[in-house]
Amino acid sequence: MYVIIVGAGKVGLNLARELLDKGHEVTLLESDRRRYLVVEAELGHVVQYGDGTELWVLERAGVQRTDLVIAVTGDDEDNVLVCQVAKEKYECERVIARVNNPRNLQHFKLLGIQPVVSATDLILRLIEHEVPRYGLVHLLALEEERLEIIELEVQPGAPAAGRRVAEVRLPEGSLVISVLRAGRGFVPTAETVVEAGDQVLLVLDAGLEDQITPVFSTGGA
Amino acid sequence: MRARVPTRHATQGPDLVPASVANLPADGSQGGAARQRRDDALFVLIVGAGRVGSAVAKRALSAGYEVSVLDEDPLSHERLEEGDGQTWEELGGHFTVGTALEVDALIEAGVQRADVFIASTDGDNTNLTVAQIAQRRFGVQNVVCRVMDPARAAWYQEQGLSTISPTRHAIEMFAQAIGLE
Repeated sequence: MYVIIVGAGKVGLNLARELLDKGHEVTLLESDRRRYLVVEAELGHVVQYGDGTELWVLERAGVQRTDLVIAVTGDDEDNVLVCQVAKEKYECERVIARVNNPRNLQHFKLLGIQPVVSATDLILRLIEHEVPRYGLVHLLALEEERLEIIELEVQPGAPAAGRRVAEVRLPEGSLVISVLRAGRGFVPTAETVVEAGDQVLLVLDAGLEDQITPVFSTGGA
Repeated sequence: MRARVPTRHATQGPDLVPASVANLPADGSQGGAARQRRDDALFVLIVGAGRVGSAVAKRALSAGYEVSVLDEDPLSHERLEEGDGQTWEELGGHFTVGTALEVDALIEAGVQRADVFIASTDGDNTNLTVAQIAQRRFGVQNVVCRVMDPARAAWYQEQGLSTISPTRHAIEMFAQAIGLE
């Protein structure tokens, strides 16, 4: 696979190292001369000096034949435009953009740039996972497919507690896919009894969370 | 640019009315005529009040347009006032401090009722992004964007975004000055 990475900061450089290790062909673009020289000392011709938002710099890097463009500069407007030009002008089918300010996520969506990676969002999700405040953790959202995977802790006295999976009344479009109990996970059958304190993983149609939470929590919570 | 598009939503707070208009008798005759001019005045939102943006803002305001300026630097407000005895607001202009990509700032500056949107910050990428937000998200009819890089100015122009490239004009003028065609 041929990958162009725009922005040779910590993210871009480490990404380049990993991809090179896995045997991929990589070109890294860096517009800051001093940073370029530092990275060039390590990676040699893999890194090119230039502003990756400019067309000739992308063309020099071979954007026409690239399989993937990854924009990870510290500026969201640069990242969004690199990806837009790569997709729309050079017909590169796969782009990945870094979002520095989560508020700018809407602009990436507006201009059709996805997937996007936001460190803030990732850390927030980790916080939710490590310190669950609402009893429900979003593990994964498959936006195109309009599906979500969530994790819930079964509270004592909840409607589902003490019932077999077959008896738990879940809205249509949702399914228990895994139960974590005493540090171990297993795939439940219809006969598995859900216990208070279990962590259950469900896959569901986007938007069903509100109907699912009451099944596993104590009324009114 | 010259077409008279009625503003979609005419807010008529006293702070929006220029002093010259506000001082007119409000008996409905003289004042009515002046208000008429305000009601169908084009609303122009200018993002980035550097030398270019502020000069365009001042000209648009004195031509009778309703003008709102958004800039992240409060100091750029001074550029709008130099040479005039009255403040920008006294003359009827609006000024909002905020960055171009902040939707809240754009809304505060009036993007939802803008007839004309001008992106004239010092960053090509900021201009191209915010211009597309104005066009696609807020449906502004007339969006003009400054792009220093001639290659991208040309490409985005082809994509339906009106771009102005000062660099391209400078290249042409230099070429003319030394006798090139």
